[in-house]
Amino acid sequence: MTLLDQFQLLLKAENWPDWAVYLTPAVAGILLIIVFILTIVIVFIWWERRLLGRFQLRTGPNRCGPEGIFQPIATAIKILLKEDIVPEKADKLIHFMAPVIVFVPILLIFAVIPISEGAILVDLNVGIIYVIAISSISVIGIFMAAWASNNKYSLIAGMRAIAQMVSYEIPVVLSLVGVALVAGSFSMIKIVEAQAIPYVLLQPLGFMIFFLGCLAEMNRCPFDLLEADSEIVAGYHIEYSGMKFAMFYLGEYGIALAYAGVIATLFLGGWQGPLLPPIIWFLIKVFGIFSVIVWMRATLPRLRVDQLMSFAWKFLLPMAVINMLIIAIEVLVGTMQWLMIILNFGLAALLILLWSRLFTLGGGRVEV
Amino acid sequence: MAIRTEPFYLNIGPQHPSTHGVFRLRVTLDGEVVVGLEPIIGYLHRGIEKLAETRTYTQNIPFTDRLDYLSSMTNNLAYCMAVEKVGAIKVPERAEYLRIIFSEIMRISSHMMAVGFFLNDLGAMMTPVLYMWREREKIMDMFEMVCGQRLLYNYMRIGGVSQDLPEAFMPAVKKFLAEMPRYIDEYDQLLAQNEILLARSKGVGILPRDTAIAIGASGPVLRASGVKWDIRKMDPYSLYDRFDFEVPIGDSGDCYDRYWVRMLEIRQSVRILEQAVAQIPEKGPIRADVPQFFRPPRGEAYGYIEAPKGNIGFYIVSDGSIAPYRVHIYPPTLINITALQDMVIGWKVADLIIIFGSIDVVLGEIDR
Repeated sequence: MTLLDQFQLLLKAENWPDWAVYLTPAVAGILLIIVFILTIVIVFIWWERRLLGRFQLRTGPNRCGPEGIFQPIATAIKILLKEDIVPEKADKLIHFMAPVIVFVPILLIFAVIPISEGAILVDLNVGIIYVIAISSISVIGIFMAAWASNNKYSLIAGMRAIAQMVSYEIPVVLSLVGVALVAGSFSMIKIVEAQAIPYVLLQPLGFMIFFLGCLAEMNRCPFDLLEADSEIVAGYHIEYSGMKFAMFYLGEYGIALAYAGVIATLFLGGWQGPLLPPIIWFLIKVFGIFSVIVWMRATLPRLRVDQLMSFAWKFLLPMAVINMLIIAIEVLVGTMQWLMIILNFGLAALLILLWSRLFTLGGGRVEV
Repeated sequence: MAIRTEPFYLNIGPQHPSTHGVFRLRVTLDGEVVVGLEPIIGYLHRGIEKLAETRTYTQNIPFTDRLDYLSSMTNNLAYCMAVEKVGAIKVPERAEYLRIIFSEIMRISSHMMAVGFFLNDLGAMMTPVLYMWREREKIMDMFEMVCGQRLLYNYMRIGGVSQDLPEAFMPAVKKFLAEMPRYIDEYDQLLAQNEILLARSKGVGILPRDTAIAIGASGPVLRASGVKWDIRKMDPYSLYDRFDFEVPIGDSGDCYDRYWVRMLEIRQSVRILEQAVAQIPEKGPIRADVPQFFRPPRGEAYGYIEAPKGNIGFYIVSDGSIAPYRVHIYPPTLINITALQDMVIGWKVADLIIIFGSIDVVLGEIDR
């Protein structure tokens, strides 16, 4: 029973007309989610900039408000006041639509993320599949932006986007099968409730594959080839300014928040935790994951595009398949959970060691 | 049958985050693979060689600052040495030591910038640069102490240096030398054995030994290709024969070797500095008696030194007047990038950026 269902029952008890009983909670829920996302995204932007500053031996923004907490708002105002430039040779309609198509699916993902106990817009019984399906739509928006800009740098980024996002979708999906197998459901709430022991302990390999896949899906370092600023300048949003750029910018952090939420839900036990209220636990986990992402961004160099592809197909995919098989066998046999932890940790170490010895990232000079 | 795609032109630069100035590359791409490359230079041409003919010998020293603006001291030194050769001027011992101290500090600073921005080109998001800037800041402070400038020093003079050390300098340099080895270890710890860095730079952009010698490459680029050539050792100028140091060389001439040779050279420079600081005479003249309007006898001379980026040379023809008849500058990075085409063709765009970055160019020197 989600909070929205309860709200609906309450309205029904108050004898509201039928259409209002359905519409009011839905609109309220959507507004609440959007406000929640935007607030967290603003805090994310501030947190990333401050944290990055710490990693890089500098202070980071600290002028607007206490500890620079209002800096993202100042940035937002600045971006809104910028001139909206559309290149003359751009495909105007697609150029206009692309940021929307990137941003909207990201908002849609939050419909199935249980922020707290019962705090979920809809408890779909195919929650995971919904997340995967919706998040893939963003790549179309990115490619539209890249193509419509009529810029060669963004075109390269668009080609990279297609290759990268489609490739990494597969190991991500396969690593989630393990979660669904152990939990016995695709529903996010059921998965959280099934995690007496967080799944990161039960299936470390699945967690790693999913985490790396997510990094690639959200274009974060070391897979940030789409906007590789030292190579293709800003990639797909090179020709965007003003509010359209802000949509991409918000989308970038929105997807980081969405995936951090998904990881927290599927592998780290979601809102569950001792002492503190559930929402706080959820936020702690999300910020923890995001901090790791920022940490990686601050330290790691970027992969090359062919290495990126071989990492998906030669490393992540076979490991995801093996992981899936092992989990399936373990579930079928009915292994005890503590045994599963030991087995899977050993297996993860073995597989990673084996793959790092057997395969190389490869790629090299092409004869021309 | 391989699918052929149509090649297209991409203009990288003159304004691009990783062209280290206003370098322009007209690249022909087949997908992501570079199939053709045409470097276009001259965006920073200021006609320094011609301007030098209308100014006195001393007035020309500030021009040399503006060649390779990341290693102004060594440019000053090479020019002054050429003039001293024409005029047969004997430089006092203390001045020679000061010159060596500042050249080596300059080398550390220049290499740190080179390595930092090389890692930045790899996508390491400014962190290595900012780490190295921490030490470069101390170097800047030391330069400021002695000549009041932080970038364009104009410190060397014909027959010596412009001013003696302030009292605060020696403690500062000793503190710097004591701290430096620990910081270099820290830089190595940050990324040197990182798997992504190795995958990206090992075997990439190989400059074979023969080609390196044939094009007349010098500096770390030549030494990374396995040639043990350092003017400080081969043809010791100033007082370099008094110091005990090694010439680090690479073995394959790839991007990683160029990076690694620079890191090793920083350690060697610290070694030279330690000896120089210990040996420098307490008192003594810092400049030979050279008149302000210095008229060297008719003749010509070539002064060349091992600058951080390679062999920088000044060829000076004197007609006995107060201004040189002709000044020719032999810029090391211009010679070094002549191999760029051979190194880059067949690699990807991302490799092009790091190969170019690993050569370590400064456009002020290439365009003059």
